[in-house]
Amino acid sequence: MTDQIFAGLEIRGLRVAFDGFVAVDGVDLSVPRGDIRFLIGPNGAGKTTIVDAVTGLVRATGSVEFGEQQLLGLDVHKIARLGVGRTFQTATIFEELTVLQNLDIAAGAGRGARTLLRRRKGVPESVARALETIGLTEHIGKPAGVLAHGQKQWLEIGMLLVQDAKLLLLDEPVAGMSADERDATGELLGVIAADRTVVIVEHDMEFLRKYARTVTVLHAGKVLSEGSVADVQADPKVQEVYLGTAADAAVAEASDDPARPADPAEPAHTVNQEA
Amino acid sequence: MKAAAVLGRPGPVRTALGFGLGALVLLVVAPGVLSDFRLDLLGKYLCFAIVAVGIGLAWGRGGMLTLGQGVFFGLGAYPMAMYLKLAETPEGKLPDFMQLYGDATTLPTWWVPFRSAAVALPTTILLPMVVAFGLGSLVFRRRVRGPYFAILSQALAAALAIFIVGQQGTTGGTNGLTDIRSFFGYDLDDPANRKLVYVIVAVCLLAVLWISRQLAQSRYGELLVAVRDGEERVRFLGYDPALVKTVAYTVAAGMAGLAGALFVCVVHAINPASIDIVPSIAFVIGVAVGGRTSLLGPALGAVAVTWAQTTLSEQYPATWSYLQGGLFIVVVAFLPNGLASLPALLRRRRPGPPSTPDEPTAPVSTSPPASPVAAAAATAAPAATVSEVSS
Repeated sequence: MTDQIFAGLEIRGLRVAFDGFVAVDGVDLSVPRGDIRFLIGPNGAGKTTIVDAVTGLVRATGSVEFGEQQLLGLDVHKIARLGVGRTFQTATIFEELTVLQNLDIAAGAGRGARTLLRRRKGVPESVARALETIGLTEHIGKPAGVLAHGQKQWLEIGMLLVQDAKLLLLDEPVAGMSADERDATGELLGVIAADRTVVIVEHDMEFLRKYARTVTVLHAGKVLSEGSVADVQADPKVQEVYLGTAADAAVAEASDDPARPADPAEPAHTVNQEA
Repeated sequence: MKAAAVLGRPGPVRTALGFGLGALVLLVVAPGVLSDFRLDLLGKYLCFAIVAVGIGLAWGRGGMLTLGQGVFFGLGAYPMAMYLKLAETPEGKLPDFMQLYGDATTLPTWWVPFRSAAVALPTTILLPMVVAFGLGSLVFRRRVRGPYFAILSQALAAALAIFIVGQQGTTGGTNGLTDIRSFFGYDLDDPANRKLVYVIVAVCLLAVLWISRQLAQSRYGELLVAVRDGEERVRFLGYDPALVKTVAYTVAAGMAGLAGALFVCVVHAINPASIDIVPSIAFVIGVAVGGRTSLLGPALGAVAVTWAQTTLSEQYPATWSYLQGGLFIVVVAFLPNGLASLPALLRRRRPGPPSTPDEPTAPVSTSPPASPVAAAAATAAPAATVSEVSS
């Protein structure tokens, strides 16, 4: 319990190499508890690789501490049990199982053999709360495979909640979502970040401007810039490598308006809903 | 439809009725209408059905295509046959085949414990389970799966059969252990005693089905399906998928061992040909035909396929293998979930097109999957579009 009071993510000198290619090259990253940190950067910057290293999927050197517990070198499932949860670029849920079963499995990593060999009776309380949070209560009995794309992503986030993850690593959670779904996801992040640490790999700039608390920009396996959204956008280095030219940056600046610019895709979206 | 098979959860009344009906057919109707010869055959098929129930668990729910259940069948059958053989051999003498082929004058040391029923009977189930647990721990932890696991399991069946053939002096070699006359003192030539053996087999099948049903409906059963469909995802939820798979594999091996032991009592012999690659694959074909994800599919499929094999090969010995192969191809190509999925498929066909299963039925606030992708691609920053195309 005590380690969760200051639970934050501390990465020092992280280095990941694949057959000589250095994907992550000495990254330092501190994400305090309660933060919503966005990792951005061009393709190949090493964003997803950092997430993979933290969750034990790829071998890495350096140091990754969460709540003062060293994560490097541990098995994937042991890291998960320490309260580190992640999602993937494509929603990976158990399509043939129901929403309830998906969440129940996510909630049960600590269950003993006796509980596992019994049937589930009713809906566990943590699952019911997560269902409420992600807004899928009415779909509880549906196979997860028939859910809409956005709902699948929320189900994944719900699985992290019942898993009782204290560090949430989300890999492009709003990719492929409609504007409404993205907003709903952003709100959801705000709710769940209250007593957790959230790290998001994302390409969607508009989503980032609305919901990021802090941003780390990566480029070619290194940290290029770090700070608030405004700090990072003002950084000329970022404008150069990430946004291409200063002109692009100016456009990005201009569209940073609370009232969203006219959305060209909106009409198409409406038509589709009627169909 | 696949989901329906996984989630189908009949209430306790229907389950009790189902098991009651099964018991009625197996224990009352079958012995009443079948000749002694046919009842013996049915007993043999039911042994295969017990193996099939295990494969249904390991392959249907756990995704482990085990092409070598003959190994565990044999590890159950041989201890049973050794015990029955020794029970017929007077103290101080050797079993018949050892006198013929062996050069030993005393019983080999590893045969001695099988004089005792208290050792031999538990061994028939526990030995396959221990071997499967050890094997599963090694193989699944190293993330061997899919076709690699299938080939490995098949090679083991071949290896065990070859090993036994090579040890003629102590295992009976190709001939195996034959001429088993009695069963715990009961003469196996007596039809009444043979009927008793049949009843034991039938009761064991019902028990194994019950165990499989309990496992499938438990949280463990749900977890096993989750491991089958997303092993990596399960790992990130804090489970060790290797352990989850090993448990199912071990239970399946125990069932195969039990079936092997019962098989010896029904057929009065065991030989390497019954535990080799060919019978191992035949087990799997029955399961595939019946429907690997359902509870009853594997058992019914195993009985149906072996019954068809006997009946057809009595009349057209040469054509059976072609038919068996053809049946397997047809089922895998057109009915991936076997004959058990046929009723659900027909039910869905009848009402016609209005309700397509893949569409969410309840009103949802979001649009169909195709449009958000388009919308997001259109609205997101240029970088986003590039990344989505590439990822």
